[in-house]
Amino acid sequence: MKHLRSIDELGYDGVVRLLELTRHMVEINARPVPKVPALRGKTVVSLFFEDSTRTRLSFETAAKRLSADTMTFSVSTSSVNKGESLRDTIETISDMGVDAFVVRHKSTGTPWQISEWTNASVVNAGDGWHQHPTQALVDCFTVRQALGIERFDGLTLTIVGDIKHSRVARSNITAFSMLGANVVLVAPPTLLPPDVAHWPVTVSHRLDDVLARTDMLYMLRLQSERMSQGHVPSLREYGETFGLDAARAAKLPATAVIMHPGPMNRGVEMLVDPSALPNSLIHQQVANGVAVRMAVLFDLLAGESSTAYLASVAS
Amino acid sequence: MTRGERIVFKSGRVVDSRGERVADVAVEGGVVVEVGEQLSGSRTIDAAGCVVAPGFVDLHAHLREPGKEEAETIETGSRAGAKGGYTALVAMPNTDPPQDSVAVIDFVREQGKRAGLLEVVPSGCITLGRQGETLAPMAELAAAGVRIFTDDGNGVQDELLMRRAMEYAKGLGVTLAQHCEVATLTKGAVMNECQCCTSLGLPGWPSIAEELMVFRDIELARLTGARVHFLHLSTARSVELVRAAKRDGLPITAEVTPHHLSLDETRLTTFDTVFKVNPPLRSLADIAALRAGVVDGTIDALATDHAPHPRRDKELTLDQAPPGMLGLETALGVALGVLDVSLTQLVRIMSIHPAQIAGIDDRHGRDIESGAPANLVVFDPNATWQVVPESLASKSRNTPYVGMTLRGKVRHTIYNGEFTVFDGEAQR
Repeated sequence: MKHLRSIDELGYDGVVRLLELTRHMVEINARPVPKVPALRGKTVVSLFFEDSTRTRLSFETAAKRLSADTMTFSVSTSSVNKGESLRDTIETISDMGVDAFVVRHKSTGTPWQISEWTNASVVNAGDGWHQHPTQALVDCFTVRQALGIERFDGLTLTIVGDIKHSRVARSNITAFSMLGANVVLVAPPTLLPPDVAHWPVTVSHRLDDVLARTDMLYMLRLQSERMSQGHVPSLREYGETFGLDAARAAKLPATAVIMHPGPMNRGVEMLVDPSALPNSLIHQQVANGVAVRMAVLFDLLAGESSTAYLASVAS
Repeated sequence: MTRGERIVFKSGRVVDSRGERVADVAVEGGVVVEVGEQLSGSRTIDAAGCVVAPGFVDLHAHLREPGKEEAETIETGSRAGAKGGYTALVAMPNTDPPQDSVAVIDFVREQGKRAGLLEVVPSGCITLGRQGETLAPMAELAAAGVRIFTDDGNGVQDELLMRRAMEYAKGLGVTLAQHCEVATLTKGAVMNECQCCTSLGLPGWPSIAEELMVFRDIELARLTGARVHFLHLSTARSVELVRAAKRDGLPITAEVTPHHLSLDETRLTTFDTVFKVNPPLRSLADIAALRAGVVDGTIDALATDHAPHPRRDKELTLDQAPPGMLGLETALGVALGVLDVSLTQLVRIMSIHPAQIAGIDDRHGRDIESGAPANLVVFDPNATWQVVPESLASKSRNTPYVGMTLRGKVRHTIYNGEFTVFDGEAQR
């Protein structure tokens, strides 16, 4: 694998391979000294054109635990603000000797453009409303771990909220479908994409109708600007209609798990303290984020030696 | 062509509004002097198998001068046009400064004359600075020779202002060309609103944003009696609206671009910014409807919307990269490839109709007969060639047809009796 840009490109075999590899990384992270020399001498650049705390820290931690060198490029201090073209930025950093770019950008497709301009691997850490493949791997891994299963056949994933503007939703719909889940989307029509009928999902506009048949509940963050853009009349009304409160949580089957990609909007989509929910996987999602990103960087950068090395760490 | 030289194009397929026939065409002193058989001259050029037609007229070229000479100049754009078989280009007004004053109009026309490759016909702005707030000095511009007005790049959003513009234009006897886009519906839009944009998570440009303005302006034209031309129509419903308006006898004309006839929305799945264009590439159903509109005459003209951009601008991200693609040098080949029309109909949409819409039909798009100005194109409709960006005459390289093989090659372009292109090569 050269790049990780979308779940579609990764494919079923790729998803399963990375989820398996993640188990080894979880094991490494549980050691007293969670650090291995697998990527010594490799350089990973974080290229974040959009604000991010957890994803950037998660990737940087993952790179360091594999002994890669890291560089951070932040847009506020860069020459991008001086009118430098994206291509010039990429070529300049590439010239310094880089093995992987971890990219977040508000524009769809940026990781594909960047991979045209560099020989380094490109990892998509979120492009526009399009894809966030490592988040989907984190979520699949977290459910596998929590439920002790490998496939999700017969299970229903219900994604609630701003599907239209969500790269997390787009990646998760594909990844969970690949592993056998039925996917239900719940949102007002204003927060659904225009041609959702062609997706392999069912759509509901009423959260209360689908809770009883939900095995995995995925709450998306609602950004406050959706109100000024007229997608919802008010955050209060959104919370009342699509937020998770104690009464709604009680309608879920006892075994159902609850996820959120963070950061949460308490009082909007989360009207209940998630730590009070018995089956919340929100903390596991964050913890597994580092292991998944270690697996991704390892898979992209360890090269020929990866199989042998894997055998040694697994023993 | 030296003075007094009589050039004869031998045995070409002469195509004009009257149809097609094989004949010799003699040109002398800047005009066609004789059409017939067995003509002789001081110089003869074999045109057997080639079409001899009135030179093409483009209603929609962004020549970027003044203001963005890094992308194109009037000279390089003229050269690209001549290589594409054009003898006249309507220069779009979104220059910097914009074409809303006589000084800029005169500058653009003079630069065209200096280049001397074809006639550069400046359009004027409908509103000052294309801001959609105050009418441009349309009477002054009309007195300076402007026949067609547009805020292209922007649609005139305000209904009252558009009504006033139409009323005013009617008094001046000029045409208003509208870029149909209701801006509130397309904020941030990158591609057609469709199945693809749903999956790619790209903000969609819905068809209705175009159709609402087409409908509005048809009704305003009905009210005011003004002549209205619709630029770069892209949707099936727009074609339907124009068809109905013409059935009602309204003074409406419409154009379509080669790219909207040949490329569909899925091109953007590669995230290549060369395919970002405004209005966006649409669905296969829209393409079929646009082609049908050309065939049945609903669409009057093929117009390139030639929109050069320098490399560094197209190497931005999809949301930031400017919309637009080159068109002048590939229009003929694309049109021949995708349109199931006669050569006569092709010449109508590429020369005769656009010359009439631009108000230059006294000298362009004329029937090929004795006394007509010698603005001609000679092209081989069967010759194929490959699109190589580096060999384009345009200063920019943003063609969507890279590497494609097109059928239909311009051999010669004759402007005012002079070869601007001879055997495929620009002469100046």
